[in-house]
Parts: sequence; structure tokens; C-alpha cells
Amino acid sequence: MPIRRDDRGRYVEVELGRVEESLWLRCTECGELVFRRKLRETNHICPRCGAYFFLTAQERIASLCDEGSFQPLTVGHSSSDPLGFVDRRPYEERLAEAQSLTGLRDAVMVGRARVSGHPVMLAVMDFRFIGGSMGWVVGEEIATAIEGAAEGKNPFVLVVASGGARVQEGTVSLMQMAKTVAARSLLAEAGIPFIAVLTYPSTGGMLASVASLADVTVAEQGAMIGFAGPRVIEQTTGERLPAGFQTAKFALEHGIVDQVVTREALHDELGRVLGVLTEGGHAE
Amino acid sequence: MPSEEPIRVLEAKVAELRQMVVDGELDLKEELELLERKLHGLKEKRYASLSDWDRVALARHTDRPRGLRLVEAVTESFYELRGDRAIGDDPALRGGLARLGGHRAVLLFHHRGATAEEQRTCRSGMAKPQGYRKALRLMDIADRLRLPLVTLVDTPGAYPGVEAEEQNIAGAIAACIARMLSMRVPTISVIHGEGGSGGAIALAVADRVIMLENATYSVISPEGAAAILWKDAGAAPEAAGALRITAPRLLELAIADEVVPEPLGGAHNDPAATADALQAVIVRHLGELHVRSLDERMAMRYKRYRHAGGSRSNPDQG
Repeated sequence: MPIRRDDRGRYVEVELGRVEESLWLRCTECGELVFRRKLRETNHICPRCGAYFFLTAQERIASLCDEGSFQPLTVGHSSSDPLGFVDRRPYEERLAEAQSLTGLRDAVMVGRARVSGHPVMLAVMDFRFIGGSMGWVVGEEIATAIEGAAEGKNPFVLVVASGGARVQEGTVSLMQMAKTVAARSLLAEAGIPFIAVLTYPSTGGMLASVASLADVTVAEQGAMIGFAGPRVIEQTTGERLPAGFQTAKFALEHGIVDQVVTREALHDELGRVLGVLTEGGHAE
Repeated sequence: MPSEEPIRVLEAKVAELRQMVVDGELDLKEELELLERKLHGLKEKRYASLSDWDRVALARHTDRPRGLRLVEAVTESFYELRGDRAIGDDPALRGGLARLGGHRAVLLFHHRGATAEEQRTCRSGMAKPQGYRKALRLMDIADRLRLPLVTLVDTPGAYPGVEAEEQNIAGAIAACIARMLSMRVPTISVIHGEGGSGGAIALAVADRVIMLENATYSVISPEGAAAILWKDAGAAPEAAGALRITAPRLLELAIADEVVPEPLGGAHNDPAATADALQAVIVRHLGELHVRSLDERMAMRYKRYRHAGGSRSNPDQG
């Protein structure tokens, strides 16, 4: 599913829906029709203009981890609807739809893996699942992964693709910000490194909690990084948004991330960071 | 909020009669008593069945005691500290040293501004990164001087602006959440007006979370949820109910620990009584926390937030 942008080149929210299994996808940047299978080869980057299409959690794991090394944590949390929330549709229905669309239980996949030979605990978010939003399950899975990382003395790598807190879980979703930050303190106590990879999008309550508290923060080119959405800023303040606002480059220039990396280079970049951080090192 | 007009009219009439009695014009004691009973009944009937949306309106009521005015009512003395020592000072998020029911404490609070002009400079209580970084500074002071931290939360949310993004408002909020979790002194948060999302939780990750009866605490405003999920701005009252953002609902969800009742019709009907009730509750919780050891308090706080939102049985776990 391509990242949609409005006519001024800013990102717009992608509406959740069943991805059409067509043979071609149209690049929203240059209009090129790209053969779907070709996109897999190019790591979901438009072969004509270089625009980034976001990755599913499964695709991200395949692109980031050493082949076949990902072992999902066996304890998975089933979806939850703490408020019995209904808007125009029951939240339970939206959850079921997102589950069938993604093949995931919720918006994150957690497990042990190797990156350039280094064992890590990995949490990878999936934007297709209700915008990668953080509700009770996502908070719980991330906290559980962090506990596993602290216990097993493996670095924790969090790949963020989240619009923020999950509105359908109300204040319970807000509490997940505190939950993930609380778990994060275990890493500090155990002296275990935490690396965050910010991708499209890393915004709202996700960025205002655990995603901003890594030791090393790398942004993928094509990421959107910010607290408030562009529309909210314009509507509340009437301010005009500068060119390149909330891009990876913007975050780097304003001291919010350590490095901006292309998708192809991300695996090696993580390997370098882990190599510096890990005692003894693990041969590739 | 449905009309309060009949109550206001009757209140004015009762006041008039009372004056006549005082002036000794007529012996109206019986009539007066009758009317006062009727007024009280009317109020009880009107305010006993507040909808979630009514409470949202009360939380936002322009006359509601909040900000510096509330601080002055709750404390015996308050000495304000200013600035984040890097970028500047934020009038939307203020704090300082306080004496409160005999206890010394560090106080942090949102300030929306009392006058229209002040509301502009305070952005109606939407704090910027320098506000949250000042809060971090004051949290450090509280820990250094071993003074409990009391926060009074009342904000529509953190300020959404270009400069705020450039100065990493998300990072500042995240740092506040982390710092509140690592505080060694007792911490109490009082959500007394609007607890708006990230801007609120940055100051609300405390040992005790107290809410005034008509306060709200939410991940998004009912209007925002109505626009996004209902695609209909008119659905805000429905969204307020579905999101369970009012104090009684949040007590049920164990997100709030205690709800402090307000005077009939809301805090603005008797700010002094509201402040007294609030101070008594804060002092009671401070007392309860003071007798616990550091380890006990830290463990309780960790457990509380690690399991925030409840723990669920996991059918897949076997």
C-alpha cells in the first residue's frame, strides 16, 4: 500500500481497507505503475522516483533480520476492547478486520532475532493495523519484549510505524505511554542498549513516550516524525508549515535523531551500532 | 449543558427574600425556608443526573477555579520558579515551592489565563517544550530537596506548533513521563479540569491520581474523536460517553484513585469549598505516602503503571 500524500507533498493519513491484490501499484509520487512483484525486489521503493512505500511488519522483519532468525515470542496477547467501544462501528469489528488484513493479532510483532549476527529483541510495528496505533495489546507486547530483552541481556530494537495512541481505547491507550516508559527503565537498570528506528509514521503518543527514549535513534529515509499532525498544527495555530516539515532530515537537523539511513542501509547500520555496543561481538 | 436558568432565577429570588428578612421588612421565615428547600431540590435534580457531556462542559466552564487562582486557594504560600534554563519560560505550565496544609511541596500546574489577554499568552494552557523542560527541572528540585511533588493538571493538550516540533515536544513529554516514574519522593497528580492527552499525562504519572468530580482525562477531545471516528462534529456528546473520559468512569477503570465531589452544580459554584476539599484530600494522600518506605513506593508505582489499563487473561497462554 503506497504512502499517500496531498497535493503539497505532505503525508496524509492512509485509510485502512483491504489492499487490492492487483498486479500493479501506482506510485503516488510520480504516478508510475509499478509491477507489484518488482516492488518486493526493490524493498518497496519506487524504481522510478525513489519514493518509499511503507513496509508491513513481516516485510520489515525480512528486510532487517538475518534470514530465518526471527523467533516470535510465544506469549501473544489477544486483542482487547477495554471500553466496549462503539463509534459508527464496534471497535471489535475494526479489530477483526485489521487482523484479517494483516495476519497479525495487533499492530506489533515481537520476537528474538539476529541482525548482522547480533542477537536482539525486536518489536516491529505495522501501520496497516489501525494506523499502527498503541492500545493495551501493543503496550503490553512492547513491555513484554523489553522485559525479555532485559532478562536475556539482548539489545532491544523498536521499529516504530505508528500514528499514536489508539483512540478506541480511550484513556487506557494513554496509559500505555506510561506502561512502555515504565518497562523501559528495566533496560537502564540492566545496562541493556535500546535502539529505536523511526519510520513512516512515528507520531503522537508513540513518539511522546517510549519511542523518544532510546539510547540510539535512527530515522529511516521517508519517515514522518512529529508529535502533532500537520492538519492539527495548521488548524490550531494558523501557521504555515515549512518545506520538509517533520521529515527524517528535519528531525536530524533539529537534533531529534542521531542518523538518517536509507532502507537498504538500515540492516548494516544496525549491525554497526550493535557491533560498537556489544562486548566481544558476534561474527557474521 | 442544559439550562441553569430556572435555578439562577430562583436563587436570585431567594437572595431577595433573605435581604428583606434581614432588613426586617417582613416576617418571611417560613416562605424562605420553603423556597430554599425547593431550590436545593431543583439543584439536586438538575445535577444528580449529569451526562458525560454535561461534565465536559463543567470541566471547561469559564468560571471554574483553575490555574494560579486554584493554587492560591489550595496553598498557604506559593513561591513561583520560572524558566527551563535553556530556551525560556512558559506561562502555560508553571510551578514553584509551596506550603500546603502544613506540608512543604513542589507544585506544578497548567495555567490557562484568567483574562482574554492572558489566555492568549498562555495559549489556554497548551504548554510548549520549555514548559515541560521547566517541569523536569522542578521535578529534579523536588527529589534533591526531598519535597513531595504535587501536580495540578488542566490542559486541552500540549501545544501543536511548528516551533514546538522543532524543539521536540514529543521528547519533552516522554522525558517528563520517565522522570515522574523515577521520582524518589511521593507524587500526587490532581486532574481538576481537562486532562488533555499527552500534555496531561506528562504531569500525571504519579503515586496517586485524584480527579475532581467533573474533570475529564482523555486521549483525544470528544470533538476530535467525533471528527475522526464518527466523521460528524455533532457526535461529540456521544464520543464523550463512549471514550469514558469523566472522573467516575475513570475511577471504575482504576485510572483515577479517588474522585473528589464538587459543590452542587460544579466547582465554580463554590471555589473556596472546592479548594478546601481538594487540599484535605491531597494532605491525606501525602500522609499515607509519607509512612511508606522509598522501596515500597517505587515498587507500587512501577507495578501500577506496568499494569496500567488492567491485566487480561490470555486465552492463548494455556
